[in-house]
Amino acid sequence: MRRVTALPAWLRWPLYAGVGIFVLTLVETLDDTDRLTSASASQSMLRWGVPVLLAGLGGLFAERAGVVNIGLEGMMILGTWFGAWGAVNYGPWVGLLTGIGGGALGGLLHAVATVLFGVDHIISGVAINILAPGITRFLASEIFTGYPGGSITQSPRVPGVGHFTFPVLAGGEVGGWLSPNLLGSLGDRDWFFVSNVANLARGLLTQVSLVTIVALALVPLSTWLLWRTRFGLRLRICGEHPVAGEAQGIDVYRYKITAVTMSGGFAGLAGAFIASPELSGIYLEGQTTGRGFIGLAALIFGNWHPVGVLGGALLFGYPFGLGLRDLGGTASHSLLLVNAVALAAIAAWSLSKGRRTNAAVACVLAVVAAAWYLLSETVPDWWVNILPFAIVLLVLVFFAQRLRMPAADGQRYRRGEH
Amino acid sequence: MSALRRLVLALAAPAAAVGFALVTSSLILLLIGSNPLVAYGDMLEHASKLETLVDILNRATPLYVSGIAVAIAFRMNLFNIGVEGQFLLAFLVAAHAGSLVSLPAALHIAFILVVAMSVGAAYAGAAGVLKVTRGVNEVISTIMLNAIAVSGLVAWLIKEWQAGGSIGTGTTTRVGTAPIDESGLLPDLNGVLELVTRDLRPGKELTGVLVLALVVGVVYHVLVNRTVFGFDLRASGFNPFAARVGGVPPKRMIILAMSISGAVAGLVGMAELMQSGYFPSNPIQGLGYAGIAVALLGRNHPVGIAFGALIFAFLDVSSGVLQFSGAAPREIVVIMQGVIILAAVVAYEMAHRARNREEARSAAAALHEARAEA
Repeated sequence: MRRVTALPAWLRWPLYAGVGIFVLTLVETLDDTDRLTSASASQSMLRWGVPVLLAGLGGLFAERAGVVNIGLEGMMILGTWFGAWGAVNYGPWVGLLTGIGGGALGGLLHAVATVLFGVDHIISGVAINILAPGITRFLASEIFTGYPGGSITQSPRVPGVGHFTFPVLAGGEVGGWLSPNLLGSLGDRDWFFVSNVANLARGLLTQVSLVTIVALALVPLSTWLLWRTRFGLRLRICGEHPVAGEAQGIDVYRYKITAVTMSGGFAGLAGAFIASPELSGIYLEGQTTGRGFIGLAALIFGNWHPVGVLGGALLFGYPFGLGLRDLGGTASHSLLLVNAVALAAIAAWSLSKGRRTNAAVACVLAVVAAAWYLLSETVPDWWVNILPFAIVLLVLVFFAQRLRMPAADGQRYRRGEH
Repeated sequence: MSALRRLVLALAAPAAAVGFALVTSSLILLLIGSNPLVAYGDMLEHASKLETLVDILNRATPLYVSGIAVAIAFRMNLFNIGVEGQFLLAFLVAAHAGSLVSLPAALHIAFILVVAMSVGAAYAGAAGVLKVTRGVNEVISTIMLNAIAVSGLVAWLIKEWQAGGSIGTGTTTRVGTAPIDESGLLPDLNGVLELVTRDLRPGKELTGVLVLALVVGVVYHVLVNRTVFGFDLRASGFNPFAARVGGVPPKRMIILAMSISGAVAGLVGMAELMQSGYFPSNPIQGLGYAGIAVALLGRNHPVGIAFGALIFAFLDVSSGVLQFSGAAPREIVVIMQGVIILAAVVAYEMAHRARNREEARSAAAALHEARAEA
């Protein structure tokens, strides 16, 4: 197969999104619903995507420096407790900082174990995932039980930072002036595809938490930091070929430790976000529900690149957000058809690449999804919970050749051994 | 290096880890104004009672099996992070399947165990197949399969197979799968225990799965250290390329190792199943992750894992006595477990380096001597 032209990244992702929305619109028309492309769907997608995005970015920094971080989940748990504690005592912004600090402490622990002591990355990560819930439970039993409304398993209400609605585009009020709502009026027109895009865009621009804006800003910021600065270049050398870095006079240990600590900070911010009113408004034991692992999944889905991580986070946030407002399971049911279409597309793509087995497997899965769609009225609530994990497994099965992790990722490195 | 020195080095690391955990938790307890000595005293005093020992053994049994499951994969440098999902799924399916049939006792028990092991083996084997055919790292795939099992398959099947009812005389309500007939349950070991000590307080029983766990430990030891398969397994873990050159089929070994690991993982839930007779709607969780910790602590050695399981079980059971006596917050034991495991892996790594240095030194000395003689 000859590649005609490769699209630049800034064009490729919007194109993927456009195709995705188009499929959603088609399915919506077929299924006679308006849930899939409503403003609230994209709003909750963003809200649920943010923790996954932040955890994924955390994983990105660690793995780009060559340290696998499956302790993200534990660091996120630390973030929920410290975030809630800081927010309850000193206000929402401080809460974000303490959340970052709590996660970064976990990251530092992982860094010291893996980099200085050479412990296997997976083992250290597992140990941190075991330690972190113990620490938060202990801290909660010591501190939150003394607060009104607090207990071993939960904190008092956590205050949140403000929201922002983009004027002109999505309406809202600016100093008493009622702004027009361009996207809203466009969305009400019922124009095929155009209105759907407008609705989804309006959801992304309405009542956006300031933390969400920060989190989204971290995507280009991470790209710039990792690919456009000296710091980033050196950090990536540590993940690709640490011995070469050493030969260049780079202090590999320092870069790895910095990267993994930053990684923990990202995961901690994700935890603080989960505890903030954006998602829960309270610290609750066990509230991360494996989202650190989903962040890891987003990292793999995004091929170790910030924009890809964002794509993965939104993709995983979408069914969660949809499933949450969908107690009857009808909207998630429509998703089955989307799954079938996506799998059929994978089958066609595999066939065009001459991968017959892949095509057959994808075809069978597509038929299963389609049959399930046709034979049922609703889907159970667990379906959206496993969708992110299933998607990543499928991506790994079908696109493993297109994924490239940092060359020295997960390997032990000791100074002066080579 | 002498065998004694080797043993001292091997034991020094876990001892140091436990010591470090004691120091850390003592400092924490002092910081919050509790007396660590009183707390430890309470824990030890409580643990010397027969009933508590039974509790510890009951708790250690599934931990041990879980640790062995993880260790089998570890011996081949494979990480089976998914024991949690494998055991929950196997537990659920075995409980349901066991409740559907009625067979003579031995057959019934064997049937349940075979179902549990098959489910675990199939689910873990899937990760092996993915690794072999698609090159998917087993850490990633077991994490994903774990989540799919725990929040997907188990959540779904428990709703499908839910059967309300009551236990025994009907005072306690049971929420979970339909109960298994008495013939499918392993008898408890109270009789054996009474032979050597005294009668247990009514309501307490020592799980019969303990025997099964010991069998699993022995089989693990024999399989890994005394069979060709075990040799191939260790060789593949030590140096996959050399093993391949030596005629060990790497793909088959990966699938086999993962499947066996999963089969053992399938037995983790049996301790609870054989006692209660059904899969509860809120089953015990975290045994899979704790198994990883226990396997690490025990250095994949059948006896070491037993010690690891006993330490973790002792700490788990002690949290109850701390709450009762009020000497310290019970949550301190979870921190101790976490610190022990983290300190242990660091200590093992340091011991490993110390051993390497020592070997290098003694080799250099021997070389020097040989030269001087020549």
